[in-house]
Amino acid sequence: MTAIPISKISEILTAYEKDILEDWVKEQLSAITLRRDLLSEADLRRESLEFLKLLTQALERGNPQDLATAEWTPVRDFLSALSRSRALQNFSPSETATFIFSLKQPLFTRLNTATGKDANALLAEVWSATTLLDKLGLFTIESFVRSRNEVIKRQQLELLELSTPVVKLWEGILALPLIGTLDSARTQIVMENLLQGIVDTASEIAIIDITGVPAVDTLVAQHLLKTVTAARLMGAQVIISGIRPQIAQTMVHLGVAMGDVVTKASLADALSYAFKLMAITFTRKTT
Amino acid sequence: MDKIPILKMGHFLLVTIQVDMHDRLAMTLQDDLTSRVVKDRAKGVLIDISSLEIVDSFIGRMLANIAAMTRTLGAESVVVGMQPAVAITIVELGMSLHNVRTALNVDKGMALLIAQLNGLAEDDGNEPNPE
Repeated sequence: MTAIPISKISEILTAYEKDILEDWVKEQLSAITLRRDLLSEADLRRESLEFLKLLTQALERGNPQDLATAEWTPVRDFLSALSRSRALQNFSPSETATFIFSLKQPLFTRLNTATGKDANALLAEVWSATTLLDKLGLFTIESFVRSRNEVIKRQQLELLELSTPVVKLWEGILALPLIGTLDSARTQIVMENLLQGIVDTASEIAIIDITGVPAVDTLVAQHLLKTVTAARLMGAQVIISGIRPQIAQTMVHLGVAMGDVVTKASLADALSYAFKLMAITFTRKTT
Repeated sequence: MDKIPILKMGHFLLVTIQVDMHDRLAMTLQDDLTSRVVKDRAKGVLIDISSLEIVDSFIGRMLANIAAMTRTLGAESVVVGMQPAVAITIVELGMSLHNVRTALNVDKGMALLIAQLNGLAEDDGNEPNPE
């Protein structure tokens, strides 16, 4: 395929910038996918105008067949930033892509008027324009997905950190409420956090509360036992609490043995057991 | 060849491991400690491993062995100050050191030994010498 002269597109973009912008914005506003609640018309107009300017500049200088060249860097940067902000605002992929694809109609109309009756020239121009816009659209989607993935990755990490807090209940008593499924990666973090907590607070008793753990199978029990053993090696005793009736049943049915680890039904039971171990007694004040 | 010093403190022997343990050093310690328990008629042994950062299965087994040996000789032993990383390593090696007593730090280990000694004394019906 010979290189299609693209001068027409950039000429048209320069000549009819105002009209194309008007039509384009109108097109985007009329699209049902536009999220009026998330994006104001003024913002949309500003973004559209900026994109048209950058596109014109890039077309004047660069090769429209190859978006990877340096001339297209400003356009690519702009689209990346746009997709990123749309992704963070919870736009859907098609809502984001509409930004580029709705430019087709206004641009093709102008190309039609500019080429007059020459059908071949019109076809060539439209083909050239449509490949360019498709490429830009795909690029937008790609950056959109990339930003989404980044968000997911970051949230996963945060979740991992957030879900394993070590809290000090009393002088010498730590609690570790576990929420969510325990897998090997999480167990490792839980173990490290707990052991570090024991060192930092010089606690003798640690209560692992598994109320928020949806299921305890042999693997989870093994992970828990490892944590208990490691804590014991450091000189702390571990009590496991928050075992729900169903979990107790499953554990027995599966033949999961917790060895000689002290287990209690609720955190309150575990705490009063811990107080007993530390010889702490409470009395209600009588008036 | 360097040795790990063993200090006598009242009824107890105090061992602080401050260098990387290698196998021969561990064997020497085992020899020295058992002889000292007999010689000093020690009632308890406190092993501080808070500076120990690297363990392997041999060192792990040595800790278990020392505990068993001193118990046979009539002295309780307590391992104190194990680092989190060391504890994780030992667990990952599949060793639980079930018959080794542990404590968080020297203070708590000492308290454990003294409680143990008093308990023994009550059983025997005579007070241990406070010195």
